[in-house]
Amino acid sequence: MIDFLNSIIVLLNFIIIPGISYGSQLALGALGVTFVYAILRFANFAHGEIMSFGAMITILFTWFFQSQNIGLGILPTALLALPVGIIATIILCIISDKFVFQYYRYQKSVPVVLAMVSIGVMFVINAIIRIIIGTETIKFSDGQKFIMKAKQFKVMTGLNEGLALKSSQVITILITIVLLTFTFWFLQKTKTGKSMRAFSDNEDLALLSGINPDRVVFITWAIVGVLACVAGSLYGLDKNYKPLIYLNLVLPIFASAIVGGIGNPFGAVVGGYIIAFSEIMITYAYKKFFVYLLPGPLEPSGLVQILSTDYKFAVSFSILVIVLLIRPSGLFRGRVL
Amino acid sequence: MNNLIGKNLTAGYGGVDIIKDINLEVNEGEIVVIVGPNGAGKSTAMKALLGMLSLTSGSVEYSNEEISSMLPQNRINLGLAFVPQTNNVFTGMTVEENLEMGGFLRDDDIIHTINDVYDLFPILKEKRNQSAGELSGGQRQQVAFGRALMTQPKILMLDEPTAGVSPIVMDELFSRIIEVRKTGVGILMVEQNAKQALGIADRGYVLVNGKNSREGTGQELLNNPEVRKSFLGG
Amino acid sequence: MMKFERYEWLAISIMFSLFILVGLIQGWSVSLVILNMCIISAIMTMGVNISWGYAGVINFGVMGFLAMGGLAAVIVSYPPITESWKVGGTGIGISFVLLVVLVISVMYINKAVKEKRNRYISNGIVIVFGILVIRFFYLNATANIEDVNPAIAGFLGGLGLPIIFSWIVGGFFAAGVAFIIGKVALGLRSDYLAIVTLGISEIVVSVLKHEEWLSRGVKNVIGLKRPVPYEINLQNTDWFISLITYINTSKLNNIIDVGDRDEALNKLIIEGSSIFVKLSYASLFFIVMFIIFYFANKAQLSPWGRMMRAIRDNEIAASAMGKDVVKQHLIIFVIGAAIVGVAGAMLVTLDGLFTPSAYRPLRFTFIIWIMVIVGGSGNNLGAIFGGFVIWFSWIEAAPLTTFIINQITTGLDSNNPLRLHLLDSVPYFRYLLMGSILLLILRYRPKGIIPERVRHS
Repeated sequence: MIDFLNSIIVLLNFIIIPGISYGSQLALGALGVTFVYAILRFANFAHGEIMSFGAMITILFTWFFQSQNIGLGILPTALLALPVGIIATIILCIISDKFVFQYYRYQKSVPVVLAMVSIGVMFVINAIIRIIIGTETIKFSDGQKFIMKAKQFKVMTGLNEGLALKSSQVITILITIVLLTFTFWFLQKTKTGKSMRAFSDNEDLALLSGINPDRVVFITWAIVGVLACVAGSLYGLDKNYKPLIYLNLVLPIFASAIVGGIGNPFGAVVGGYIIAFSEIMITYAYKKFFVYLLPGPLEPSGLVQILSTDYKFAVSFSILVIVLLIRPSGLFRGRVL
Repeated sequence: MNNLIGKNLTAGYGGVDIIKDINLEVNEGEIVVIVGPNGAGKSTAMKALLGMLSLTSGSVEYSNEEISSMLPQNRINLGLAFVPQTNNVFTGMTVEENLEMGGFLRDDDIIHTINDVYDLFPILKEKRNQSAGELSGGQRQQVAFGRALMTQPKILMLDEPTAGVSPIVMDELFSRIIEVRKTGVGILMVEQNAKQALGIADRGYVLVNGKNSREGTGQELLNNPEVRKSFLGG
Repeated sequence: MMKFERYEWLAISIMFSLFILVGLIQGWSVSLVILNMCIISAIMTMGVNISWGYAGVINFGVMGFLAMGGLAAVIVSYPPITESWKVGGTGIGISFVLLVVLVISVMYINKAVKEKRNRYISNGIVIVFGILVIRFFYLNATANIEDVNPAIAGFLGGLGLPIIFSWIVGGFFAAGVAFIIGKVALGLRSDYLAIVTLGISEIVVSVLKHEEWLSRGVKNVIGLKRPVPYEINLQNTDWFISLITYINTSKLNNIIDVGDRDEALNKLIIEGSSIFVKLSYASLFFIVMFIIFYFANKAQLSPWGRMMRAIRDNEIAASAMGKDVVKQHLIIFVIGAAIVGVAGAMLVTLDGLFTPSAYRPLRFTFIIWIMVIVGGSGNNLGAIFGGFVIWFSWIEAAPLTTFIINQITTGLDSNNPLRLHLLDSVPYFRYLLMGSILLLILRYRPKGIIPERVRHS
């Protein structure tokens, strides 16, 4: 029985909790990508950099608040800086739309041209970030680091295995719940949210109903700004801020959005968790888990690992390819591609 | 009285004029039908009235006001409504949400209008929470019709409202159109089923090769031997 | 043979004057290093351009194909490591045979089992079981191979042939991978295809990075044999010394002291050998570039090229006319990838080493795409021009930025923090430059600097 509990704790500690928090970050990112896809109808390669930009502003203001000795006690100061980051990110999104994307929208350019344009935007934002904050890894989480330490847990329960709970993980999960609830409430219940769904569903008919496309686009960018900044800051808070990592994050984010059905917000969220859990589960070495669970003679000798952790990024794309082969529109019926 | 008049309309796509020098008029409270062979420019004429394509020459007037350069959205605001032939519902949204989107521009309480639509099409009330994409062809046409009515239009334009529905549904739709007319709405429609459409029409236009060929009351056109021979099947 | 328009001549002369300028300012060696990379970039760009410009097939898998070309260079030229083959060859062989059997059985199931659900279930069972069996042989073999003298070997080695053959083999390697990717992904809408190919190239690179038995992975393969002479050998070759002496006769004659003259000669020989090696590379590369350019143009003008354009401009009409669009897309995707593979082998040949971790899809794929778009998609000369110009700006961005920052901040104190910060950030301005170039071109010259020639044939 104790062994069984221990094995469960192993799973919780190494798979479930990290999976949920990484999944939340991906889900928020994928939701942003899917919003752009649903309304503006292109794959936004700049999304990772927009996330990074949001995180950067959050960090800059975290430093500012820290220097003024303004803090939140046991909570990270970054939470205080987050609203500033969000506003800055929204402004960035609106500016890039006004000066870049809008032109192609009015021209009714094909999606692939807009994707190329977003690559240009990606380079520019990337350069701005590097010029402002450099390329070093930045640790900006302060306050209480752990809600529960592995050792505390062991003492508390008397089990062999410890369960560590970082405050960044809990904050990630809580903020994600709030943000997702709000987003879905907005889409399902408010007139503006519904008009966005209508616009995504059938643009011509939306125009015939008097829905103003510029307003829809504006609100879309505002939501994308919020989602991107929060996702980027939470990812940085959880795993330290590395300006260059966000470029790579674009791939699992796209994979999440497409697996869930691109253009479908609910699908994007589910996709985020699917990708996060598969990355972790497929590359986790289950030896410890089985050692607890199985009687002595059956204990595995190897690591019981499906793929080495080197292939973490490859996993998300293999899943993407499999989903595309079996169900091209994604799990939750996105736009037909 | 509100009316929509197209004067000497010439328009088309990509520099090729499809309709040439066409005159159309629809007044409040009447049903006007445009008939003609395939490719005669019937739908194009309607889209030109709505501003969905730019005019090469000619003008559009609504209640004695020139609206030729107005955006389609703004014409909707004035009291025009349009039901396209295809893709005329939001497939991913429920029936009720479709209707709400129809009333997007209105600031007043739209619940009464929704109820009016439900009275007109009782089946929609039953399916109010079902997504429009799951409905049958005829039911979708009703949703599309209802969505357009939500703006409380003065002039309603229908592009082949009965395309692809069964004869029974077609009769039903036509009787609804007559009911809507009774509320004072002017209706302009393009129809393939010319015989039935002219049967309920107050007036009709015959377009051939993008030009006005003939006009008259519904009965006149129905009884005209040439019209009968050309597209009413004798 | 095609005739160049006036503005095309202008583009060509601009390219050459740039290299001469760099040669005069920064030295010929620098200029030749850039030139060599420019030629390789141009070949890559032509590869992408063939699939995108001719047929509208997007290929974001460039880095994967480039890496496959690099792998070919290793496998062709590295001497075989008999020890590794002895301990692991059989295991790898068995795994490979089993893999083929697995693929065939999956294909058989797909044909034989009609009901969708049963097909998925039986495929699932066969694949899982097959992989478990393969893993057994495979993991043993690779562990054994990687244990063989890990400091310098630890992989299977290659065939020990001259590396120049790898330029062709690299094309085939890349084509093979492209065929598989194409089978899976072509037929998707283009922006979707972009993401998928990008992701698959990430997979290809991570395989090369972590399958040490094959490519030594992150430990890199170094010391690949060159197709051109080594500097040190040249410096001791009589004809080379006399050549340098002959070229510099007048200069040397001006030096009176014998010791000084020898020293000067020595210096000239060392310099000359480095330039000679780079020139040899440049000529080899230029030949390849010219061959590809010639055939690419010929293909574009052929009926086949015309059909490709027809498919690109109106896919629906083309398929209505009975063209097998997916098959044609696959063909052109594979051809484009093969050309990128050739460039990959050439790149490793030039460097003399293979470093899988250097292939970073997200960083470099887009640079190559900027080359394509800036140059002018659908025009091979444009592709070459784009490759040259963008690589050139990529390299020369840093010195240029330093210069500009110094100009702008002349009024500031030399220790001004803003100035220092900006000077620290010089390497990052190249990204700003790339992004701005791309955005400006897409906005104001969407067909590229040298646009596709519209042919009414």
